[in-house]
Order: sequence, then C-alpha cells, then structure tokens
Amino acid sequence: MTKTATLDILVVGREKAILEVVERLINSHEGWKATIVTTEDDAVAAFRRQRFPIVLVCAGLSVQEEETLRQRLVTQDPASVVIRHYGGGSGLLENEILGILDQRRKNGK
Amino acid sequence: MSTTTLHKAATRGHAGHGWLDSWHTFSFAGYYEPERIQFGMLRVLNDDTVAGGRGFGSHPHENMEIISIPLEGSLVHEDNLGHKKVVSAGEIQVMSTGTGVFHSEYNESPDQPVKFLQIWVFPNKLNVTPRYEQIKLSDSKEHNTLQQIVSPAPGENSEHEYREHKHPVEKQGTWIYQDAWFNLGTFDTGREFEYDLRKQGNGVYLFVIEGAFLYDGKRLEARDGLGVTDTAALRLKAAEPGSKILIMEVPMKTKLQS
Repeated sequence: MTKTATLDILVVGREKAILEVVERLINSHEGWKATIVTTEDDAVAAFRRQRFPIVLVCAGLSVQEEETLRQRLVTQDPASVVIRHYGGGSGLLENEILGILDQRRKNGK
Repeated sequence: MSTTTLHKAATRGHAGHGWLDSWHTFSFAGYYEPERIQFGMLRVLNDDTVAGGRGFGSHPHENMEIISIPLEGSLVHEDNLGHKKVVSAGEIQVMSTGTGVFHSEYNESPDQPVKFLQIWVFPNKLNVTPRYEQIKLSDSKEHNTLQQIVSPAPGENSEHEYREHKHPVEKQGTWIYQDAWFNLGTFDTGREFEYDLRKQGNGVYLFVIEGAFLYDGKRLEARDGLGVTDTAALRLKAAEPGSKILIMEVPMKTKLQS
C-alpha cells in the first residue's frame, strides 16, 4: 500500500481556542497536518522551518494584515496558497482545502 | 436579461448521520461540488432535521453571518456570550460570529424531530464583536405578502443608494453585516406577487420551503432553489395552497472591511 504525502497546512489566527479546534479537525483528516500560530512573525518563522502549500488566515487578522502576511509568505514560497478561512472550523474548513487542491489539480500542480 | 441557476431539491448534497439528516444546497463539510460553492455572498443553505434529544455540541464559528429558521419544533441555543435561548418555528435567530463564538444547539424535544434551515452569509465586515439576536415573526404579515426578516446593519449603508433604487429604507426584522435582505411569505394558490431588488447589482436566491411557485415559465417545487442575477425585479405565482418561499437578496461580490 502506498503512503500518501502529508499535506502541511499553516493556520494563523488570534483566537487560540478556535485555532485548536481547527487544528484538531485538520489533523483528523488522513494525510493532513496542521500547525497553528497566533502571530504573523510566528507564521514566517514556521515557514522558514518547513514548506506549507496551504495557509489559512482565521479571525482577528484584518484585511491589511492578511495581505501583508501573504506578501511575506509568498516571497519565501510563491507556490503557497494563502486564503481567508471563514466559519471557525465547522462546515467550510474541509471544503476550502478541497477547493485549493481541486484548483491545483486543474492548474496541473 | 436575467440569468438563472436552478438547483433541484434532489440534486443537493446529503449527509445522513442517524441523529442528523442534512441537505446541502451548496458545498458543505464532506459534500464538495465545485460548481455549487456559493451564490454571491450566500455560502451555506442547509436543510436540517435533528432527532429528538440530539444536537450539535459546543463548536466555534467566526467571521460568518448565520441565520437559523426553525420550520418545525424548537432548538436550544447556548453560547459563550452568555445566551441560553430557545428558538422555535415562527422565530428567526441571527448570529454575527465576527471574532469568534462557541455555541451548542440541541433539539428541545426529547422525542420529536426539529427541522430548520441554517443559512450562512459572508460578512462585509471582518472581526466584528460577536452578536446574537432572535426575533418573532408575525403570522398575519406573512400571509399572501412578503415579510422582511433580515436587512443590512443599521447605519452601514447609504440611504441614498436605496432610495435611488425607488425603495424606502426598510428596517423590519433582524439585521446582518452584509447588504442582504431576506423575505418570507406564504401564499394561496394563484396569488401573484413581485419582489423588487433593494440594491442594484445584487442577485436573488429563491428557496421554496413548501408547495410550489412559478417563475418565468419554470415550476419550482418544495426545496428547489433558483438563483437569479441581472434583474431589478421578479414576478412569482404560487402554484399550490400554502406555498411558502424564502427570498434571499445578496451581493454577488463584496468589498471587505476590517
């Protein structure tokens, strides 16, 4: 049986309690692994340590903060996709990740 | 010329968990259909039945406007903002989840199912202070006329813009952080009515709750959905006794504020 590669997902937000739920939900999905951080600097530091194809931006970060973070991260890895996560883990989380993977497949990445 | 997108009831996503039977008009949880992600800012339209004594344990939400419409029975809602409420058929519950809310929702009845619609709309403003509101509908207002149940946040929009579109600024019902208006109505067979859009550029999503309606030569049955864009007004006709419809006017795109 072939073991599929792990999909590493970085989750950035201000509310630790919500991030922990998002982390648990992502990790419960086979082949997905979440890392949660509450500051942009920690996000950049995590990015230096390993590659994250997907970054989810949760509540607490403004539109401007999200854009600044996107620029900092994409400078390090232009292939990384940074999107706003809505809903706080329930319902839309899996859909958002599947949407990115679907788009990558369509783009042949 | 208007553009329409029809979602027949039977084509919706379905999740049967025993205690929960949920039909998803748009992609949700394990149901992912790239062609059915959202209609403008309307992202979730779930048609849920929860068994007696069961429900959703504490879970978080953030940055989403959540509107719950019980159709039969009652839900018990409890959140970390200190609300413990019962919301029943004939009432509407709204949560602006903003920076984050943890809540649970359970069927109040130990043995009868509760049926409700849960609707999620993307907000036009991020990270707002979470808020909860519950309103009671007027039975008389809803019969053979539309009753507004949701409108934009007070003071959030330009009065001039709406008046320009020949509408008074209406503030009936509850409100959300989005330029969205929801109306409910129950109509006798053969009754015709018109819905004028409040804001130019918005689209309208029609969801038939009970009975059937005719729109532009199409027959919409119970739980069918129809998205309509590029129009300023819609004319509908009830095709069965006691036909009930939810009309959701939402922006097709939005500029986010922080």
